[in-house]
Amino acid sequence: MNLNQFISYIAQGTIYTVGVTLIALPAGLLIGTILALLYVYGGKVTGRLMNLYSTIFRGIPPLVLLFILFFAVSKGINLSAFWAGSLSLGIVSSAYQMEIVRGALLAVSGDQMKAARAIGLSRLQAIRYVVLPQAVRLAIPPWSNEVAIVIKDSSLVYALGVPEILRRAQLIAASSQQYLLAYLSAALIYFLLVFLTTRLLNRLENKLAIPANP
Amino acid sequence: MPKPILTIKNLRKSYGDHVIFEHLDLDVNEGETIVIIGPSGTGKSTLLRCINLLTRPNEGQIWLDDTEITSKNCNEDLVRQHIGMVFQNFLLFNHLTALGNVKLGLTRVKKMSDQAATEKALRELERVGLADKAGHYPGQLSGGQQQRVGIARALAMDPRIMLFDEPTSALDPELIGEVLEVMRKLAKDGMTMLVVTHEMGFAREVADRIVFMEKGYIVEEGSPNEMFNHPKFPRTREFLWKITELYGKKKEDAA
Repeated sequence: MNLNQFISYIAQGTIYTVGVTLIALPAGLLIGTILALLYVYGGKVTGRLMNLYSTIFRGIPPLVLLFILFFAVSKGINLSAFWAGSLSLGIVSSAYQMEIVRGALLAVSGDQMKAARAIGLSRLQAIRYVVLPQAVRLAIPPWSNEVAIVIKDSSLVYALGVPEILRRAQLIAASSQQYLLAYLSAALIYFLLVFLTTRLLNRLENKLAIPANP
Repeated sequence: MPKPILTIKNLRKSYGDHVIFEHLDLDVNEGETIVIIGPSGTGKSTLLRCINLLTRPNEGQIWLDDTEITSKNCNEDLVRQHIGMVFQNFLLFNHLTALGNVKLGLTRVKKMSDQAATEKALRELERVGLADKAGHYPGQLSGGQQQRVGIARALAMDPRIMLFDEPTSALDPELIGEVLEVMRKLAKDGMTMLVVTHEMGFAREVADRIVFMEKGYIVEEGSPNEMFNHPKFPRTREFLWKITELYGKKKEDAA
């Protein structure tokens, strides 16, 4: 079996890796952003609840949560391994993304809100048209970090038997006895995925940068 | 007897035990330019922030025309549309161009069409002499230009009254003139203005009335002539003398 065949066998798992990432990441972003807005603008009690959410889900290893969701919850609602894995990773990621968005919201000066209110914008409008657009720009660098983490963490769903990159590497390693080659191939594919994505986000960051004189 | 646009009665603001000001009364008539002067920490800026409801006073009333804006069922967002505010540190929206800054209130608050808002915003930028900078972001403008955009942004809402909170204090000396020039023109055009500033030259020349505040009280108010030449209280004289000397020195330094 030559290297090409080896890699192409493992690379077929990319569709699952990308699939898990494309579910977990946007789900985490959506939940994380909503929770971050509640955290920052929702008052004391809501803030504490959000803090609790973040503490809990950042305190559990993703793999453990994955097993809990798959073995406990999925029995009741008949969740496939793929979906159970993607959603648990999304929940874990939502806690981290909430912290990223919260940090970005807080980094936009409160004066911006003041100026927005002064021309008659409501609080909601001020958040939407003045604070969020600036926060998004600030959030991209730490977010690109989180994207890399989610892509790599997607490998955890191998434990539920989803035939993604790592799982296929494991299978071919066992049948060919070429362990090093199998896992090096998997590493290469993961690396390329992360590398290309972060490059793309770098470009986005530069594109969205607010023009200013040096 | 002209009818006041803004009436302030028995206003009191405190943070905990710390009283910023109390028993404060002030009327602002249509077309009048009032300059508020006084040492820092006197409550001048807090007063402006109470007027556009960025801070709530603890006691007293404020009327804008016939509406009591301090009443509980008053719509804050509606009130702020009619009161223009210019900040010491400009506070332009950093992610929007000069045009975008002026347009935002027009499209989102006044719900104007994009085209109408652009036309109106360009007229306002023209008014402050910055139509050619419409496409520039705040980071690409000088402090003086940023402040003029800030003024245009407030003007665009067609406010009944404009509040200026030390509009030139954060500017390099050579940039102060262009901002004062815009304000001078506004006053001449009949805009009602309430200005907190240390620019005594501007106060002397443009103000219809000067209000001297200290430690939360209005010590004295009168025409520039009365205040500069015949102040009733020694404290007014002392403050004006000091600040005028400082202002003169600043001019020499700049020259």
